Amino acid sequence: MDDVKDKVIAILNDLTGEDFSDNLDENLYDSALLDSMGTVQLLLELQDELGISAPVSEFDRNEWDTPAKIIAKVEEMKQ
Amino acid sequence: MRWYIPYGNPTYFIWLALAIVPLMIGLLYGRRFRGYQTIISLFFLILTFGGPNWRTGIALIGYLAYQVILVAVYSKYRQRKASPNKGWPFVLAVILAIVPLVIVKVTPAIESGRQSIIGFLGISYITFKVVQTIMETRDGIIKEFHPVLFGQFLLFFPTISSGPIDRYRRFLADYDSVPKRADYLNLIQTGVRYVFTGFVYKFILAYIFGTVLMPGIEQRAILAHGFSWNIVAYMYVYSLDLFFDFAGYSLFAVGISYLMGIKTPMNFNQPFKSKNIKDFWNRWHMTLSFWFRDYIFMRLVFFFMKHKVFKSRVTTANVCYVINMLIMGFWHGETWFYITYGLFHGCALVINDTWLRYKKKHQDVIPHNRFTEWFAIFLTFNVVCFSFLIFSGFLNTLFFGPSKF
Repeated sequence: MDDVKDKVIAILNDLTGEDFSDNLDENLYDSALLDSMGTVQLLLELQDELGISAPVSEFDRNEWDTPAKIIAKVEEMKQ
Repeated sequence: MRWYIPYGNPTYFIWLALAIVPLMIGLLYGRRFRGYQTIISLFFLILTFGGPNWRTGIALIGYLAYQVILVAVYSKYRQRKASPNKGWPFVLAVILAIVPLVIVKVTPAIESGRQSIIGFLGISYITFKVVQTIMETRDGIIKEFHPVLFGQFLLFFPTISSGPIDRYRRFLADYDSVPKRADYLNLIQTGVRYVFTGFVYKFILAYIFGTVLMPGIEQRAILAHGFSWNIVAYMYVYSLDLFFDFAGYSLFAVGISYLMGIKTPMNFNQPFKSKNIKDFWNRWHMTLSFWFRDYIFMRLVFFFMKHKVFKSRVTTANVCYVINMLIMGFWHGETWFYITYGLFHGCALVINDTWLRYKKKHQDVIPHNRFTEWFAIFLTFNVVCFSFLIFSGFLNTLFFGPSKF
């Protein structure tokens, strides 16, 4: 499932301008790297690139706040 | 028997303390007495909606029946196997859910201040809970509909009159379980502290600003005819009264919820320390602004981006900010000052974002130090207070109201 990981990191890199490969537990909201706009873009990109459809209400900030958690969520939803 | 506005006077608190002690003992011993909780909920609802207010009680019952049926029908449609999940039943359900609120809000505007007979204290807050439930049912996140649990959620008495606005799934998780004893002891400690901080806020500070200081300033401002420094004084006093009154109420609601083992979300987080307007909306009336963020702003952005309505991300955000805050303005009521207040904050968010982008681009030349941070807090505080002056309706009384002298 490394494919998912690479894609999510690439999407996040696109959105925030930061590389999270070595920083998977950084909190995206506390550091203000992601806001509501970024979040929606993230959901749309995940939909386009990985084919998972996560509705906006699925998005609980506490469960999606680090790259590692996002990757775990996406992998769970792909199955 | 006397009749009470929630948390309005000391007697109400005595009733509260007496009623929740058995519930607390149960929780300490690992049990939630749901039947008992329902009985005391009814008791407190009758204290507020009974007696001389019985008409609003009838309105509440009617409203509740209407919404439960509406959500039940929509859930049935959405949760049957291979539900087509079309857009129109969803839109129709949302419209039907807000129709009662719209009638209540529009009636005074077109019938010169007369209140609608279907209104009751807290209708605007309950409506948020209904609409979010419909939205999450559409998204398939809420998979089951229980009329009784839904009713418990809507009528949760500590928050019925003015929030904080909880979320169905979050509320249910608490209601269905009993906190561990250590966690519950922490909740009691925090809850008691909240209630006592609430006393200081509402019965001392809000009293000083709202009851001691405000009337005199108001008189002087009216007598001055036109602009005077009294208006500026009014602006600050009103803003502080608004904060301490509402934050005090919210502390009561959250504190009492905690004692009942329900972790109702917090409503305020030191809003006057905000460094910018966006920061402010993350700290002021948080359950309302997060509701708008999650159920209006993000959904609008999602829709606009998916259908590529606007070319740029910036335009999309700006349009959504203004629509979002305008709807918040209309929700407050159909008067020019509430709607202007919404528009004002929509524009403030647009300016805020533009400035932050500019600052990021030129960060090598724009200074950032302790002084600029203090200045940012000072500026935000004043912008916010000015918006509350609009919100207060006092400018309306001053410049457009019937002449009193």
